[in-house]
Amino acid sequence: MSYFAMIISAMLVSNIVLSQFLGVCPFLGVSKKVESAVGMGMAVVFVMTIASAISWLVYHFILVHYGLEYLKTIAFILVIASLVQFVEMVIRKFSPGLYKSLGVYLPLITTNCAVLGIALLNIQNGFNFLETVVNGAANALGFTLALVLFAGLRERVDEMDVPAALAGTPISLIIASIMSIAFLGFTGLV
Amino acid sequence: MLEAIIALASLGLIFGLVLGLASKKLKVEVDPTVEKLIEVLPGANCGACGYPGCSGLAEAIAAGKANIDSCIPGGKETADHVADIMGMSSGDCKEPLIARVQCQGTVDKSKYIYEYEGIPSCDLAAGYFNGSKDCQFGCFGLGTCAASCPFDAITMGEDNLPKIDMEKCTGCGVCVEACPQNIIRLGRATQRIFVSCSNTDKGKDSRKVCTISCIKCRICEKGCPSDAIHVIQTGTGTIARIDEEKCTNCGWCADNCPTGAIQTIEPLEDFFKMINNRVPVKEEESKSGCAACGLCK
Repeated sequence: MSYFAMIISAMLVSNIVLSQFLGVCPFLGVSKKVESAVGMGMAVVFVMTIASAISWLVYHFILVHYGLEYLKTIAFILVIASLVQFVEMVIRKFSPGLYKSLGVYLPLITTNCAVLGIALLNIQNGFNFLETVVNGAANALGFTLALVLFAGLRERVDEMDVPAALAGTPISLIIASIMSIAFLGFTGLV
Repeated sequence: MLEAIIALASLGLIFGLVLGLASKKLKVEVDPTVEKLIEVLPGANCGACGYPGCSGLAEAIAAGKANIDSCIPGGKETADHVADIMGMSSGDCKEPLIARVQCQGTVDKSKYIYEYEGIPSCDLAAGYFNGSKDCQFGCFGLGTCAASCPFDAITMGEDNLPKIDMEKCTGCGVCVEACPQNIIRLGRATQRIFVSCSNTDKGKDSRKVCTISCIKCRICEKGCPSDAIHVIQTGTGTIARIDEEKCTNCGWCADNCPTGAIQTIEPLEDFFKMINNRVPVKEEESKSGCAACGLCK
């Protein structure tokens, strides 16, 4: 698969949130403002790309080497949790501005199933190292795209006269499902 | 098996070491005041202060953007600690707020028009013909407020009305949000007299649905010695409300309300001690002689 097709596929056709339903909690939780959605998206791009790379290295150079492939889930959790902590420290030290704008979203990524999901899918699909990195970054961009679009819609809906029974979470879930159906329209593009 | 244990343990160890080294190398100097403040704040990250977590509040206090008593669940004790760190006295705090139930429509005073047997949630009950009470402004008695209270300060009384434990109430306002009937309001903790009715219909109509409702007769308004109570316009009609800035708790309105819609709450001894510690309550000295308040009776 060419890298271009891989990126289109990860962002539109099999969008991690809207088609694979991973990372739905930050999708619903951090999408009230476009600003915070962009912040969360950037943090996920950062972490998911590096986590994909490191988990690939850990899998191929440690787990496969000792025949411990079945430990990949728990090992990847370890990798992601420490990585998020490390990234947080680095950003805090070298870019306080970015650290402030990411705020609580950075630690939230530790428990984000999307990051773990992509790390595991990379292994399952048998990607090589470069493919893994590209796939991780593309999926994170897809996550950001879904989050920002959804936040934009929610900002508008907040201003609307929504029936009382649907106001708040119910209308958000309806919007999310319609977005998901819309993204299904990309099926067959790649 | 052994390999698995060793592999995971060493992975954990390596990551731990890297993180430990990184935290040493990449240490960022934090304002020592903020660190001290984080220590004295409860650490519950409840968000009642309006900041993202206790560390957010600590930064805001250190920067002078938040009051020293901004931590609502922490109460006076936390405010004292914060005041110590910031070099202020907790007497500078504003008066705490307490939630009050503004309905006395017990079953004998305001009848149910139908028996609600659905899920015990006031939100749902409100959806059926404006609720099960004869008075459409009244308390349904299903306890949504009691369930919402994060501090267990609300219990449902035998008369189907919520009772607020003033010692536990922190004035966080969660119940105010939760009540679909807008019956619970926040008021100053030292305020002892308030209009315990939410019916904004005309006097005749409100009397019909509840014997203890505010009938907008304006007797309280005319008689109040400090001009603190007025029948005011709200979104749905009119109702008597007390201006807590002006009210001196004299009790004239409560004594003279023909329906008993104005209620006096008994001062809780310990409670007022707590409030008095925090806010010096000045005894209102009568300057222009007798105000006919009736307190001396």
